[in-house]
Amino acid sequence: MNIVPYLIRGLATGGQFALVAIGYTMVYGILKLINFAHGDLFMVSGILLIYLTASLPTFPIWLSILLMIALTVLIGYLIEKCAYSPLRQAPRMSVMISAIGVSYLLQNLVAYLTGGQPKQFPDIPVISDSVVLFGVKDKLTVFLSPVVAVLLMAGLVFVINHTKFGMSMRAVSKDFETSQLMGVKINRVISITFAIGALLAAVGSVLYFAKNTGINHLAGSTPGIKAFIAAVVGGIGSVPGAVVGALIIGVVESLAKAVGLSDFSDVISFALLIFILVIKPTGLFGEKTTEKV
Amino acid sequence: MRETFWDKNKRTVCNLGLVAVIFLALVAIELFAPSTSMWFSVLRKVCTFSLAAVSMNLLNGFTGLFSLGQAGFMLLGAYTYAIFTIPSEARVSVFRNYGTSVIDFQMPLIPALLIAGVVAAFFAFLIGLPVLRLKSDYLAIATLGFAEIVRGLVQLQQFGPVTNGPDPINKFTSPDNVLVYAGITGVCVLLIVLLINSTYGRAFKAIRDDEIAAEAMGINLAHHKRLSFVTSSFFCGIAGAMLAMCNTSVSAVTFTSSMTYQILLVVVIGGIGSVSGSILAAFIYYSSSEWWLKFLDVETFTQAGTKVPLLGPGFRMVVFSVLIMIVVLFFHKGMLGSREMSVYDGFMKIRRLFCRKQTAKTEGGEQA
Repeated sequence: MNIVPYLIRGLATGGQFALVAIGYTMVYGILKLINFAHGDLFMVSGILLIYLTASLPTFPIWLSILLMIALTVLIGYLIEKCAYSPLRQAPRMSVMISAIGVSYLLQNLVAYLTGGQPKQFPDIPVISDSVVLFGVKDKLTVFLSPVVAVLLMAGLVFVINHTKFGMSMRAVSKDFETSQLMGVKINRVISITFAIGALLAAVGSVLYFAKNTGINHLAGSTPGIKAFIAAVVGGIGSVPGAVVGALIIGVVESLAKAVGLSDFSDVISFALLIFILVIKPTGLFGEKTTEKV
Repeated sequence: MRETFWDKNKRTVCNLGLVAVIFLALVAIELFAPSTSMWFSVLRKVCTFSLAAVSMNLLNGFTGLFSLGQAGFMLLGAYTYAIFTIPSEARVSVFRNYGTSVIDFQMPLIPALLIAGVVAAFFAFLIGLPVLRLKSDYLAIATLGFAEIVRGLVQLQQFGPVTNGPDPINKFTSPDNVLVYAGITGVCVLLIVLLINSTYGRAFKAIRDDEIAAEAMGINLAHHKRLSFVTSSFFCGIAGAMLAMCNTSVSAVTFTSSMTYQILLVVVIGGIGSVSGSILAAFIYYSSSEWWLKFLDVETFTQAGTKVPLLGPGFRMVVFSVLIMIVVLFFHKGMLGSREMSVYDGFMKIRRLFCRKQTAKTEGGEQA
């Protein structure tokens, strides 16, 4: 049996999940918040592109995509400002509930606008074209996804490790209050973190939905939860960890399909999650924390 | 002055009075409401999810273990209950894709409910062995993963003769009477309240407030966490069985993680660490989402024949989620915080409002 096509498709889904997983992991690293609404933001960006291309048929597609990315970033920013930033002093549970509320709101809003019917994702030239690489024939997006994910991750890691803004991000994630005392504008750092997360999710949604063509209001929940598992497997809070975790999850699920366990593929990735958590409670690249009195 | 019986127990007595009034109201609804009334379906759901919310509260609010596995345990309970209570003659038609069912007898309601709870508790025990060592969010993620694993496994063809694979199970015993639901919930909540007020309950609260201090005081952390987890799952399993009864059909696709989030929302809206808050919130949550806001889903026309803007299918859920966001943003602590509802205290508060002068005088007199 030829395993190469499965590996490539696994890496592709992995790359798409990775772009979403980075959003989860960065927000968790800074706010210690599981942002349940992130998967739904991913879905909303797909829906936005559908509506933009339908309402602006004269625009070239790349302009619509740019406009969609800008709008997604704006939505991500607004969600943070309206739903999370008023709860900065509240217990962590309240913020998480607020995230669940936002996720509900986005889903229900999209269900109301689309009438619950799946919408057809537009054909995007170039990346929806079929090509043959490594003896595998598939859409270009499949080959592109892991490359895009790794490149964006490398860029992000560079920003985090070598710029002044990255330094303030690391400071905020290390200690919220102390960095505030040291003059870091934490609200700005948090807003930009959410904006970066939204940007990557928007890029991911173009790559993901270019091969899965129908989107309804629940389309974000599966990639959302898979990306979230990926972030945890990789060690939540670590950007390279999220990408590695997502690639692992993507490949494992794809290989499960290769050996004829496609019904099992969800079960296998969740089992992998529990297995890794039990062996290494903070994930593959997570920092070990010791509890102090 | 010696404390009289009334002084000691006035709060309990007043609350028991409230429970009695609620019970009488339920009897009245059961007897006199027209059979098409929304009361029946809503109250069945409220009872089911009150129990689910209270059992989640036992874990999240009283023991401080953040678990998101509720849907999984409810699924186990629902399937167990459904499988054991299908009448023998109906089994062939329910399990038609798999020839016949492995289990070939029918159980009465109460033993089946208990078995539903026991199965959920057993799985909780197994998964708890590795998972309960994890801390806060990681525990939540692992239990969420467990719930999804259960949901995936139950739908497999290989388990067809037991679980009917991906097809729904139906034709099992499902009583209509609201009092049956209220009775089950009442007994279970009473047991949970007794547990919370016992030595074990105090140990749970100590673990919630500070794990390290609790351990230093000689509380066996692993044992108490496991006890709380298993008990909570037992009642979750029963709540799952009740959900099976009110839907009259069980299918794994209903037990998604969004159901767990719903229960968590109910717990938080009611107040984390408040049993009566959870019940009150379940009532408000399910009656407004299923009943009071229903009018928003219907396209309405005014007398002039113009359409009321925005109303239409799906609008109800949009309004509902906006309401939830408002509650979450402006009432961090939920409706009751960590307090319990107390009829006596409420009554005293109202009395003080109305005759402030008089009470001030008597209080002054007492001090003098």
